[in-house]
Amino acid sequence: MIEAEVTTDVIDPTEVLSRVGDDAHGAALLFVGVVRDHADGRPVTGMRYDAYVEMAQPELARIADEAAARLGTDALVVVHRTGELDIGEVSVAIAASSPHRAESFDATRYVIEEIKKRVPIWKKEHYADGRDGWVAGVVPPGTGLSASGGAP
Amino acid sequence: MSISVNALFFAAYRDLVGTGEIAVELSPGATVGDLVQALRARGAPFDGLPEQPAVAVNRTYAFLDEPLAADDEVAFIPPVAGG
Repeated sequence: MIEAEVTTDVIDPTEVLSRVGDDAHGAALLFVGVVRDHADGRPVTGMRYDAYVEMAQPELARIADEAAARLGTDALVVVHRTGELDIGEVSVAIAASSPHRAESFDATRYVIEEIKKRVPIWKKEHYADGRDGWVAGVVPPGTGLSASGGAP
Repeated sequence: MSISVNALFFAAYRDLVGTGEIAVELSPGATVGDLVQALRARGAPFDGLPEQPAVAVNRTYAFLDEPLAADDEVAFIPPVAGG
């Protein structure tokens, strides 16, 4: 069972973990991304996540499918939140289970790393001094000048 | 005869141009790069968009030499920062 969601609802990591697991699985793993209270030494009071939801949802599903196909797990759930989040709130939860631990570690790691590379989601940090700023991101692959012309 | 495409802006680009979506008229056969040039030629604030931005056409990442068709959805994608 492979599931991918972009949601404005609060994420309950325990619930996400409960969706994976199988009597034949000896390992279940949960990765939780949380809003932290600082960025480069600067106090942060909250974070806003924006998404191109119509594209982020299928891109997230594609990543989950890739993880399943390449890394040999058939139980993977990823949920990413958008909207205004407070410090300590969960921004992303990824659960996987597999007969042995390696597949679950590899699959959850693959999903979070690929999210950061290519899912159209952005975050704006709110700083303690009242200012805010978009977090510097990465240019996704498959864009730029041309397929032969390299990245911008 | 011209074609109309929908340009979408997110995050920092949305803040820059002050809107999430505008319709742009282009010549038939225009590419994503032509759309970028047409927008930047409007002057401020559109000239603040990169010359070679990451884009998605109809929700798939695309290169600047991709040809556009009427009613295509072209999203300007700032560097992504999910997770």
